[in-house]
Amino acid sequence: MREIYLDNSATTCAYECVGDLVRKVMCEDYGNPSSMHRKGVEGERYIKEAKEILAKLWKVQEKEIVFTSGGTESDNLALIGAARANRRAGNHLITSAIEHPAIINTMRYLEEEGFRVTFLPVDRYGRIRLDALKNALCKDTILVSVMYVNNEVGSVQPIQEAAGIVKAYNKNILFHVDAVQGFGKYRIYPKRLKVDMCSVSGHKIHGPKGIGALYIDSNVKIKPIVFGGEQQKNIRSGTENVPGIAGLGLAAKTIYENLDEKVAAMRALKEHFIEGVTQIENTKIHGMYDETSAPHIISVGFAGIRSEVLLHALEERGIYVSSGSACSSNHPQVSGVLKGIGASQEYLDATLRFSMSEFTTREEIDYTLETLKEIVPVLRRYTRH
Amino acid sequence: MIFHTFLLKYGEIGIKGKNRYLFEDALVRQVRFALRETDGEFTVYKKQARIYVDCDGAYDYEEVTEKLRKVFGLVGICPVVRLEDKGFEELKKEVVSYMDEMYEDKNITFKVESRRSRKTYPKNSMEISRDLGEAILEAFPEIRVDVHRPDVTVHIEVRDEVYVYSRIIPGAGGMPVGTNGKAMLLLSGGIDSPVAGYMISKRGVGIEATYFHAPPYTSERAKQKVMDLAKKVAEYAGPVKLHVVNFTDIQLYIYDRCPHDELTIIMRRYMMKIAEHFARKDGCLGLITGESIGQVASQTMQSLAATNDVCTLPVYRPLIGFDKQEIVNVAEKIDTYETSIQPFEDCCTIFVAKHPVTKPNIDVIRRSEERLNEKIDELFEEAVRTVEIIEIK
Repeated sequence: MREIYLDNSATTCAYECVGDLVRKVMCEDYGNPSSMHRKGVEGERYIKEAKEILAKLWKVQEKEIVFTSGGTESDNLALIGAARANRRAGNHLITSAIEHPAIINTMRYLEEEGFRVTFLPVDRYGRIRLDALKNALCKDTILVSVMYVNNEVGSVQPIQEAAGIVKAYNKNILFHVDAVQGFGKYRIYPKRLKVDMCSVSGHKIHGPKGIGALYIDSNVKIKPIVFGGEQQKNIRSGTENVPGIAGLGLAAKTIYENLDEKVAAMRALKEHFIEGVTQIENTKIHGMYDETSAPHIISVGFAGIRSEVLLHALEERGIYVSSGSACSSNHPQVSGVLKGIGASQEYLDATLRFSMSEFTTREEIDYTLETLKEIVPVLRRYTRH
Repeated sequence: MIFHTFLLKYGEIGIKGKNRYLFEDALVRQVRFALRETDGEFTVYKKQARIYVDCDGAYDYEEVTEKLRKVFGLVGICPVVRLEDKGFEELKKEVVSYMDEMYEDKNITFKVESRRSRKTYPKNSMEISRDLGEAILEAFPEIRVDVHRPDVTVHIEVRDEVYVYSRIIPGAGGMPVGTNGKAMLLLSGGIDSPVAGYMISKRGVGIEATYFHAPPYTSERAKQKVMDLAKKVAEYAGPVKLHVVNFTDIQLYIYDRCPHDELTIIMRRYMMKIAEHFARKDGCLGLITGESIGQVASQTMQSLAATNDVCTLPVYRPLIGFDKQEIVNVAEKIDTYETSIQPFEDCCTIFVAKHPVTKPNIDVIRRSEERLNEKIDELFEEAVRTVEIIEIK
C-alpha cells in the first residue's frame, strides 16, 4: 500500500544525508568532545560545524547556542533557567494560552515555585492578543514566552510586535520564542526580532530525534537545570550528543537551501487542499489560511465524525495524519488550542491536522482529497445515538 | 543466603490417583515454561512425589520466586540450602548458622523434621531431628521448641547431599494448566475478560482467545493493548493463541438493518457465534466471558440469556457473582488493571445506543436478526476467513 505522510508537524523523515552523517559519527568519529586526544577533537569539530551553521542562519554568535535533548528541554531550560536566574528582578511570567505543553506545563511548574503566570488569550485565528499582552505587563514581569507557529492550527504569532511591546515597556524583560514549528519554514533572526532566547528541535526539520538547540543571547542570565560535567560552559552538562548535533546542523543547512521555493510549493499545496476539502459539506478550516498562516499546517474540522475514527479510516488507506497535536494524543482529550480559538462544540472532537513537508506532492494531496470525499459521507452515516 | 534448589509442593494433585503422573508431568512442563526466559540454568525434575528446581550459576532469587508464584498447581515454594555431607558435627554447625542467618529475631518457637532417603546415614531421622534441635537450642538462648505449633519448622532431608529448608512461599494454588483441556476466552480490552481467563486457567484449563477488532473505529493501539493483556494472562496460563477478528462489516450491517437499541445484543450474539466457531475448530471445550450479572445493559439476566441462546458449547462466566471492585482487586493482583484502563475505544462501545434494551426478548431478537439473512452468512464467512492468528507467549 502506498504511504502518504501528512503528519510532519509530529515528526519528519530524516534527510538521507542526515542519516548517513549520523551513522558515520556514531560508528567512526565517535570520540567524546571532552577527550584530550585526536578522537575527541574530531567530535568537537562536528559540534563547531553545527554551531557555525545555526549561527549563520540566525545571525547570532556561536557561543550563544546550546544543544539540548530536544524542543522540550530547550523550553524547560529557557523558562526555568531564566526565571530562577532573574528572580530578584521580579516573579511574573507571561505566555499564551495556546502554547505547546512543553511551555504550558513548565509554566505550571514555575507557579509551584512561586512565580505568577499570565496566560494570554488568543483571537479566533489563534493569534495572541497584543492588547492583552500590553495589559499584562507589570513591574514584576521578567519573562515572556510566545511560540512562533502554533502546532495545532498553524497560526503565526506576531513575534516582532510582541517583542517590541515588551521591550518598549522594559528592555530588561526577557523574550523567549518556541520556534519548533517555525524553524525550517521561516527565516528567524532573533536579534532583529529582539528575541533573547529561541528553542528549536531536530526532528521537525528532517533531522534526528532527541536533539534540539536553544539560542541564548549573551546578555541573558540563565541557570542550568541539569548538573554534571559542566559541558557547554556549564549551561547544559552531559556529554554532547555529537551524532544528533551533527545531524541537526546538516538538516538545518539542507532545509534552508532553496527555502523560498519549498515554502511557496507547500503554500500552493495548502491552498489546493483547502479548496478541495471545503467542497465537502460541513467542514471548517481552523485558524487563518492565507499568507499569514504557516505554509505546512492545515487544521480541518469534519462535523459529525470523531477525529479518531477518521484518522484510522485514512490510515487504512495509507494516509497518516494527527488528531489535534500528536504530542498530546496519548491523552485523548479535547484540544485546549481549539477551545482557545473559540471553535464550536461540534468540531472540538472532530478535527484533524494535516501537515506537509517539502516532500509532499500535489498527487498525494489529490489522493488524500479523493479519499476524504469518499469516506467522510460513509463515516457520517454510522454514528452513536 | 544462597539457595541452590527450590522444592515445590503441590496440593490437589495428590488426590488424583492413577492420573497423578499426568498432573505432575504437566506441572514440570509449566514450571519449565515459567522459567524459560529467566537468567540462570534451571533443572526441573520430579522425584519421590516432589518437584525440584535445581539452580546452577547466578540467578536472581526475586525473579525466580516471582515466576514460580504464577504456576498454577503449586501450593508452596520452598527455597532450599544444599549442604555437602562432611559429617554430623559439621552439619550441626551449618544448620546453626542457617538459623542465625534466616531468623534475625530468635524469640521464636521451632521444631526440626527430618527425612532420610539415604538409609546408610549413621543416624536415623529421629536422632537427626533431636540432635540438631539440641544444637540450635544451645546456640540461641531465646529460642524455644514447640513440636505442635512451631513458628518455624526446619526440614532436613538427607540425600547424597543434605537439604535444609524452613521457609514456604505460598504458591498460586489451583491445578496445572493443560490438565483440564482448553477453552476460548472472549477477550476485550476491558478489566473483566483477562480476569475471567485467569480464573478459569487457574483450574488447569488452557486458554485461547478471540478479540474483535473494528477498524477504523478501534485503533492499532487498542489491538496492541489486547495483545499486552493476553501476554499478562499467558504468564499464568501458558501460551495463548489469539484470534483477531475484523468485525467492522458485520457491525455496520447490523447497524444498517436492525433497531439500534438491539444493536449491542445482536452484535454480542454474533461475537459468541464467531468465537464458538474457532473454539470448535481448535478443540476447546467451552467459552469464557467476563460477564457479571447486571453490570451493563448487555449483562442483565435477560441479555445473558439472549446471548447464551446462540451457543451450544458451555459458556463459563467465572465473574458472574462478582462486584466491580472485586474484579478490580483480582485485576490488580494479576497486573492487568493498569493496561485495561488505557483509554482506547473497544468495539462494544462504538455504536452503543443511548438507551439499549435491557430486557431483550429472545423471540424479538431472533426476528430482528432475520433482517440480516441476505448477507450475514457471507460476512460471517469473510470474518472467519480473514482472521489473524497471533501466538502470545
